[in-house]
Amino acid sequence: MTLLTIDNLEKHYGGVHAVAGVSFSVAIGERVALIGPNGAGKTTCFNMIGGQIRPDGGRVLLAGEDITGAPSRALFRKGVGRTFQIATTFGSMTVRENVQLALLSHAHRALGCLSDATDAAAEEARALLAAVGLESQAARPCDQLAYGDVKRLELAMALANAPRLLLMDEPTAGMAPRERHDLMTLVSDICAQSDLSVLFTEHDMDVVFGHADRIVVLDRGRLVAQGSQEEVRVDPEVKRIYLGESA
Amino acid sequence: MTLADLLAQLINGLANASTLFLLASGLSLIFGVTRVVNFAHGSLYMVGTYGAIWLAEHLGGGGLGFWGAVLIAACGVAVLGALMELAVLKRIYGAPELFQLLATFAVVLIIKDVALMAWGPEDILGPRAPGLTGAIELAGQPIPQYDVLLIVLGPVVLLALKLLLERTRWGVLIRAATEDREMVSALGVNQVWLFTGVFALGSGLAGLAGALQMPREPASLGLDLIAITDAFVVVVVGGLGSLGGAFLAALVIGIVKALCFALGTVDLLGYTLNFSKLTLVVEFVLMALTLALRPWGFAGRPLRGLREAPGTIEHVRTPARKFWTIAMAIVALLVLLPAVADDYTLVLATDCAIFALFAASLHFLMGPGGLASFGHAAYFGIGAYAAGMLAKQAGAPMLLALFAAPFAAAAFALVFGWFCVRLTGVYLAMLTLAFAQIVWSVAWQWDDVTGGSNGLVGVWPAPWAADKTHFYWLTIVLCTATIAILWRVMHAPFGYSLRAGRDANLRADAIGIDVKRVQWFAFPVAGAAAGLAGALYVYSKGSLAPDVMAISRSVDGLVMVLLGGVQTLTGPVVGAALFTWLQDEILRRTEYWRLILGLAILVLVLLFPRGVVGSLRRVVRGSDA
Repeated sequence: MTLLTIDNLEKHYGGVHAVAGVSFSVAIGERVALIGPNGAGKTTCFNMIGGQIRPDGGRVLLAGEDITGAPSRALFRKGVGRTFQIATTFGSMTVRENVQLALLSHAHRALGCLSDATDAAAEEARALLAAVGLESQAARPCDQLAYGDVKRLELAMALANAPRLLLMDEPTAGMAPRERHDLMTLVSDICAQSDLSVLFTEHDMDVVFGHADRIVVLDRGRLVAQGSQEEVRVDPEVKRIYLGESA
Repeated sequence: MTLADLLAQLINGLANASTLFLLASGLSLIFGVTRVVNFAHGSLYMVGTYGAIWLAEHLGGGGLGFWGAVLIAACGVAVLGALMELAVLKRIYGAPELFQLLATFAVVLIIKDVALMAWGPEDILGPRAPGLTGAIELAGQPIPQYDVLLIVLGPVVLLALKLLLERTRWGVLIRAATEDREMVSALGVNQVWLFTGVFALGSGLAGLAGALQMPREPASLGLDLIAITDAFVVVVVGGLGSLGGAFLAALVIGIVKALCFALGTVDLLGYTLNFSKLTLVVEFVLMALTLALRPWGFAGRPLRGLREAPGTIEHVRTPARKFWTIAMAIVALLVLLPAVADDYTLVLATDCAIFALFAASLHFLMGPGGLASFGHAAYFGIGAYAAGMLAKQAGAPMLLALFAAPFAAAAFALVFGWFCVRLTGVYLAMLTLAFAQIVWSVAWQWDDVTGGSNGLVGVWPAPWAADKTHFYWLTIVLCTATIAILWRVMHAPFGYSLRAGRDANLRADAIGIDVKRVQWFAFPVAGAAAGLAGALYVYSKGSLAPDVMAISRSVDGLVMVLLGGVQTLTGPVVGAALFTWLQDEILRRTEYWRLILGLAILVLVLLFPRGVVGSLRRVVRGSDA
């Protein structure tokens, strides 16, 4: 069953065709990696799916529903979680409060004016923090966290709406190799336990080949290959892009 | 209106546009490079005018005396600006922007009182320019020669600045620093002298603008705030950091103002429109329109955000039980105050409570919301007018008026906020200021309804609250309750959502929070609280005039919040009480209260760049650990 369909997505910047007619899909429960060299259009493509950039053409469908150009707050309501290349959290709050706010927002209670936010959704927040391994740091102000932990916290917040789809832009950028593996194993475990689908961009090929069920390769705004790890590994076009003309 | 009238007004408008451009270009340069919103820029202009008149008198008549005075005044103001940068701003470039702003406010206060000491409270007329007192004939209309000179001078200065910026090494550095000052510093450029130099240049332009106005406008102590708001309007309408944009904006504003004067009273479809009344407000209407349609001004681009200075985010903690005990004890003491205090103290304490509420409401936007409002007095004033008009014109009882005033203020805040949240940073601050000025000028000019410049008199409390003690109790109860509600909302999910939008906009959006909408809703909450403060103020004074919402009150509010510290709600409350009490204490001893207050603020800013309460909290926490 297909969850996310990318249909002929287009984006121009002046004369530059950043993304030119890219189409692919993500099935339910599938982990798909979007890869390509610098400037391939990964992030542009990703931000069009995630609602940060409006596409010039094409459609994005979530379970058959057209979500093209929908802002990320609308996607959150439809069960899409999102993490960013440069992880951001709410620096003036504790780790727990960050997750509590995401949970409150999911419950449509983020505009409440009179209830106390400090004890809201405490049990769910504890469970989410435990799931990403941050339970012991719950009371810390989150701008004091190590960067790897900020990434984990972001993941916990992205999971607060019990998403069907997780969009992760460079989930392991800026992390140590060991941390990368731990974080992606965590994501894979969550996928295995639920029907969560994951679409992620990544530079680290160990992460890609360790955690993607399927790989989509972009180059200069075009889709050049997609398929299983084995199919992509032997694809001559992919070899050419990554290893140069002579390969 | 004849064509000749129009021409005369147009020439006058163009001459004004030139000085306006000189003033604004200095502000724009300084902001571009240092990212400091220099509120004292208008004060430097004022010093330019006073200084030039004084110098012209002492240098004797003749062309040498006049032009010598202009040049020396401009250079003197440049030196003053450089000194201000070296003595104050240099020390706090690392502090949050708002504290730099507070420091420049302090300089405004100091310069105002020094000017008062040096030149007295009376307006001073300047000499006319020797050799340029005549007029030239244009289409049968006499055009003052001096105006022609100014009209030529504007483009000349624009050209000179362009050449400076584009053809000299120093100019390249200025442009580079405007784009990315960290990068410039990483390339090994000594920023220290670059910043001081730009401050001197920008200040010199303000001084020159002020000095050149000497034959056209008397020097007065009110020039500083008029000049700074005019300069802000021009810079914002033109686009921050764009000299060409500022020039265009100055021209447009000069011409539109001239048109309003020239049109005078016009009968249109049976209505009588008085356009000359519009001149007070037309530039602000223009700014509001520009910002609504072109959020970055004529020629501006979205500002590159500065990389966050470390340590600017304060963690909001749920207060310990100890805090509540202390707060309750203080409220209890306040309630018992009438047992020991005389009427004078009670009136002062009532003022303190009212302004504490006003400052707390401003803090609601500035602290958790990160939305700097430079026109918060609008909501205070709307509340005051709503209560006053209900009482005088509808004969409403006091309680009804007090109840209705917050709703009136909230309704306006809802409308203004809708426009404001579309912008960020300085642009947002300027739009709030524009709305406040529009409301102020309506109150000032709509004689039939608001009493015009005379305001409304005889708005007294109901008999049961007429006694000073009773009114004090009423104020304490209402202010404490409203501040408690604000505190509650800040610690409710809404307050967290507001902070989330301030801390990390993208992240907040990704967890389903509509940041703009949350920020929008914060406006009526803050507006209602300020409106209640305004209504209480009217009843405590018995009268009101448009100055309840003048720029100076908005500035007072900012000073109160920043003085106490923006990170906690306790900060603004303490800051407001401190400000009000200090003002009264000093005023009883000397007329130079602004000077003393300004110096006190400077000392506080340099010693405690986090505000009084913020710094105290750190000391307390530090000793705990």
